[in-house]
Amino acid sequence: MAIWLDENSRIVVQGITGSEGSKHAKRMAASGANIVAGVNARKAGQSQDGVPVFASVTEAIEKTGANVSVIFVPPKFTKDAAIEAVDAEIPLAVVITEGVPVHDTTEFFAYAQGKGKTRIIGPNCPGIISPGKSNAGIIPADITPGGRIGLVSKSGTLTYQMMYELREFGFSTGVGIGGDPVIGTIHIDALDAFEADPETAAIVMIGEIGGDAEERAAAHIEAHITKPVVGYVAGFTAPEGKTMGHAGAIVSGSSGTAQAKKEALEKAGVRVGKTPSETARLMAEIMRSL
Amino acid sequence: MDLFEYQAKALFAEHGVPVPTGKIATTPDEARAIAAELGGKVVVKAQVKTGGRGKAGGVKVADGPDDAFEKATNILGMDIKGHTVHSVLVEQASNIAEEYYASFLLDRANRTFLAMASREGGMEIEEVAATNPEALARIHIDPLTGVDLAKAREIAVAAKLPEAALDGAAELLAKLWETFVKADATLVEVNPLILTGDGRVVALDGKVTLDENADFRHPENEALVDVAAVDPLEQKAKEKGLNYVKLTGSVGIIGNGAGLVMSTLDVVTYAGEEFGGQRPANFLDIGGGASAEVMANGLSIILSDPSVKSVFVNIFGGITACDAVANGIVKALELVGEVTTPLVVRLDGNNAEEGRRILAEANLAVVKPVDTMDGAAKLAAELAAAAA
Repeated sequence: MAIWLDENSRIVVQGITGSEGSKHAKRMAASGANIVAGVNARKAGQSQDGVPVFASVTEAIEKTGANVSVIFVPPKFTKDAAIEAVDAEIPLAVVITEGVPVHDTTEFFAYAQGKGKTRIIGPNCPGIISPGKSNAGIIPADITPGGRIGLVSKSGTLTYQMMYELREFGFSTGVGIGGDPVIGTIHIDALDAFEADPETAAIVMIGEIGGDAEERAAAHIEAHITKPVVGYVAGFTAPEGKTMGHAGAIVSGSSGTAQAKKEALEKAGVRVGKTPSETARLMAEIMRSL
Repeated sequence: MDLFEYQAKALFAEHGVPVPTGKIATTPDEARAIAAELGGKVVVKAQVKTGGRGKAGGVKVADGPDDAFEKATNILGMDIKGHTVHSVLVEQASNIAEEYYASFLLDRANRTFLAMASREGGMEIEEVAATNPEALARIHIDPLTGVDLAKAREIAVAAKLPEAALDGAAELLAKLWETFVKADATLVEVNPLILTGDGRVVALDGKVTLDENADFRHPENEALVDVAAVDPLEQKAKEKGLNYVKLTGSVGIIGNGAGLVMSTLDVVTYAGEEFGGQRPANFLDIGGGASAEVMANGLSIILSDPSVKSVFVNIFGGITACDAVANGIVKALELVGEVTTPLVVRLDGNNAEEGRRILAEANLAVVKPVDTMDGAAKLAAELAAAAA
């Protein structure tokens, strides 16, 4: 088991003929992911590094049985690509693209919710990996083997850092949900999925300043999650009113601060590390005690 | 990006939202000329991106051109909550019968859009929400269907606006929604929204926040940037395509990935507590690639900041291997030229050992390799304190 992505995942890459899409399709394939198709309406019938290219996601699903899409198209085409994936009723669409206008994301997220068939991860995320099983996105596959820790994170490099520090235990699934103000999958979705996944023994949750997703996740953990959760929040020293790299990472007035998020998580019984290394140590202690 | 009131109102007018007639002035003479052109009573309003202008004395009614000159003289150069007033909006005074509130905004928590409206206007909406929450209507807007005239009327009714204002408010709200969508705004706020003595509904103030991710759809937005307020180092970084935020401390920070860099700022601040309160001098995310050129651009910006006493390069090799990053650092130091500021480098992850070997072989006096993030933060803070 794992969540949302496993050895049965058949991946179609939207934007496979672009520079990012082709590079990462090759990397995903090299790490053992089953890349079955690419999509580019203008290059249908051709192949990209041995992967057949189709005119649409619907056609790719019909011909190859694809059940996961990874989207690498530029920001101005991302909304259309996501809507195409939703119309094709693919169960999982992972939007890697950074810099998508928030009106576009809000729109395609609402569209996906309306159809009710597609989980969207991202945008502005590194994707999802179930080590040893499949890899949909840009998370390096050689950091950690499979194992029993589940990870959900707003940040890409902090995901890599945490996987690296805890590689002796291994991970069931790591999900990078992205740092935009509106994202298709939130901490709570991943927490529920990890709670239900028998292979996952404990969960690391990484948050950052901005919004109140961590506070709501804390309330959710208190009410619904029985597995041990360790947390980390980045941005304690970020100044108010400044966007820190991620479009969603901004403290507005007194809301969205790292301190408030940490307090909410601790109140819910989550052990929160002061640094990534301390967080990894807290998780290592839990894993050793299981 | 937040807009000035006059920019917000120009945007409103472009999309058919009624606003008072007015113009922007940067000198008292200009204010006098505008007042003469408008005729009658005018309002002189300080243009600063903060609330509470009225209380600070930044909004004054003038009864003619000479009075406008005098009011503008007083307001220009004034400091309002740390913002210096460089311009004033001079506009026709409105005959205010009633004041309301209206806004559309991105509702992050619910991942949708939200309309807020109230019969109570003219004061801070947070105050209304806290003291009289029933007076504030909140209505979710479906991003796929938006706000037509009927929906706009529903919002006005929910806000308990009086019958006399309903038609005008509905029309204004529909146009305000159009502004919100077409300009790719994350906030459009009108406070107060007024009913005039002759029954018109007008946006007397305007606050707009634009989504910079949508700038590719709005090349005209470049002209809205308040160049005077942009930090020169931030400007330089932006021109090089770097994600840089100037901070107040002494430890320069370079890292890859926004989350890791935010985390680095925190770890440096904690470590700095032991060394007289050393803090990060900046946020700089050089992204996944971290080529020699990007590293050189980043380093040159950080080293040109006189407050930087040490630099912490914190890289986790994910897609980019650490040997490539190490080569990038060596080449960057060649490109930047003579560097005396110590550079604490922590490389971890993909090919970290090879990266460390490259740095060791390059034998650069300023480069101090440290194996862990916490250890590197401590050394960077210590070196900054020693150089201060």
